Amino acid sequence: MDTVLFLLKNMIPYMIPLTVVALGGMFSERSGIVNIALEGIMVFGASIGIFFVYFFEGTFPPQIMLVFALLIALLSGVVFSLLHAYASVNLKANQVISGTALNLFATSFHVFLARIVTPTGVEGVKFNNVFRIATIPFLSDIPFIGPILFTNTYITTFIGLAILAISSFVLYKTRFGLRLRACGEHPQAADSVGINVNRMRYIGVMISGALAGLGGLILVVPSTVEYTGVVSGYGFLALAVLIFGQWKPSKIIMAAAFFGLMQTISNSSGLNFFINLGIHKYFYQIMPYIATLIVLTFTSKRSAGPRAAGEPYDPGKR
Amino acid sequence: MKKYLLNDNVQKILASLTAILIGFMFGFLILVFASIIKDKATYPIDGFITIITGGMRYNGLKGLGIILRYTTPVLLTGLSVGFAFKTGLFNIGAAGQFVMGAYAAAYIAIKWTFIPVEFLWIVALLGSIVVGGIWGMISGVLKAYRNVNEVISSIMLNYIGMITVSNLVFLIKDKFNPSRSQIPVSQIPTFGLDLIFGKNSVDFGIFIAVAIAILIYIILEKTSFGYELKACGFNREAARYAGINDKKGIILSMTIAGALAGLGGALVYISSITKVFDQSLTLQREGFDGISVALLGLSNPIGVIFSSFFVSMLRNAGSSLSRSGFNDEVIRIMTSTIIYASAFSLLFKDKIKKYFTKREIK
Repeated sequence: MDTVLFLLKNMIPYMIPLTVVALGGMFSERSGIVNIALEGIMVFGASIGIFFVYFFEGTFPPQIMLVFALLIALLSGVVFSLLHAYASVNLKANQVISGTALNLFATSFHVFLARIVTPTGVEGVKFNNVFRIATIPFLSDIPFIGPILFTNTYITTFIGLAILAISSFVLYKTRFGLRLRACGEHPQAADSVGINVNRMRYIGVMISGALAGLGGLILVVPSTVEYTGVVSGYGFLALAVLIFGQWKPSKIIMAAAFFGLMQTISNSSGLNFFINLGIHKYFYQIMPYIATLIVLTFTSKRSAGPRAAGEPYDPGKR
Repeated sequence: MKKYLLNDNVQKILASLTAILIGFMFGFLILVFASIIKDKATYPIDGFITIITGGMRYNGLKGLGIILRYTTPVLLTGLSVGFAFKTGLFNIGAAGQFVMGAYAAAYIAIKWTFIPVEFLWIVALLGSIVVGGIWGMISGVLKAYRNVNEVISSIMLNYIGMITVSNLVFLIKDKFNPSRSQIPVSQIPTFGLDLIFGKNSVDFGIFIAVAIAILIYIILEKTSFGYELKACGFNREAARYAGINDKKGIILSMTIAGALAGLGGALVYISSITKVFDQSLTLQREGFDGISVALLGLSNPIGVIFSSFFVSMLRNAGSSLSRSGFNDEVIRIMTSTIIYASAFSLLFKDKIKKYFTKREIK
């Protein structure tokens, strides 16, 4: 029982950022733009957010500080993603190429700035993690859910869950969501009923930038005290979550939970329960990646993403 | 003259050069920006000269040797990514194929001592081609039969490859330092190149790499097999309608791409520079540099020969940039700018075309 509780508790810091970033990818792909730059936008958002924390350490109360940092990460994600939107919408460029350029840029830009800013000229930016909330009155005492969700937690967990609810609502219950989905499925048809396809795609990419930037910081804050400009492939894992989650918010959270659990088990190979199983540590190390491959092998066949994703919009085509 | 300027390939090259020019200008701005906000003394113009001379202003002929040594593996990973691109696939998994091929080659060159040492390195190279090919093939099979996105699967295989090699180092571990691998008993010969460029420099591998590039060019452009692969990439449904086995095409493309990247790994790890494996878990940079190389070379095998040299020149320049007070991240920022600008190559090409066509009419 303790092991189960431990795993579920440690799953959250992976599950929440994966959900948020995959939702970002969802908005972009639903509008028709493949965003392979999620990784780079995460790195960029987290970078600017952490620089903010680094420079303003102690100026605000911790939680206010974190909210500011998250907003800054979100905004910088939006600004950075505009580069991708411009290349893929205005210039009709290859979306994979511009995404790759952004991925490459983000990490080197962080290291570049960090070496200038830090007194010792290193690439790691240290920060004090003062953002953890030990207990919440009443809520922490709820059996099972209390220890998992409300003890030693971060506000980011609840922000992530709120984003999930809002995303689902926006995508399915608003006029905007319907229009966005139309642009990803059949942009010519959307255009013919007066929807500005290019504008919708810009908005889609910007939302993905916002959520990826935010997700980058959400991933970094609980997991480390020194940010070196890498998010270890989580942006790409979020793309896998998006595919496994069939481009639907309700399934994305399940997919993210699955990947989070795999990652947690992989990290927990030192736990007595797992040592007693007698499996070599190699299998724990490769587990998240093998699990991704296996899951995609069995779910990709039926899955169909937005039909027009990845194609520049050509009004002359029918 | 006019005839040449209207040629499609010439326009493509001009578009690439435009992208490189933009990248250099942006790189210069970054240097100036850094020198303004940095406390310690920096020399942007000096740094810029280092970049455009590829660092050779400091190490001259030896520098050229080092550049060619860097070129060898990225030429092959660049070919790998470029070949996959030509056939409509994005092989982001070169890093994994690279390390698996490198390990296979090192294992053979250390353990298979029953083969005469003079031939052992050749067998090791073949081993890297097979293992790298298998690693690429996995993505191809998953894509062809199960519709698994090759970008995701090859990224997962990058990590699996990296972890696998780190766990297998013990099979070829060094007697005195068990966390590292031995030096292969058989290495790629230098054929006197060390007399020109000095030790720990370029070897025969660069000729192998260039020859493979030409071979890939011939396969893609001059054979019906290459044409079929490209047709699959251009339009899978149309290719199937024309009687091409599209599943086979995808699998073969990824296998060849993997084999190329695997060979690139072998050319580093059994070369005369005696590089060894350790147990660290980091993805090999050559795999990702291959993406830059392929994009700059417009995925054309001949273009890749030049772009791999260019990227290696920048890498060599990066290692002497500290002399002007900068760190080598400037190089990567520049490279990413060039790639971003090259995404606009279509736009540049149209502009160039319009400009010269207009003059033609006059």
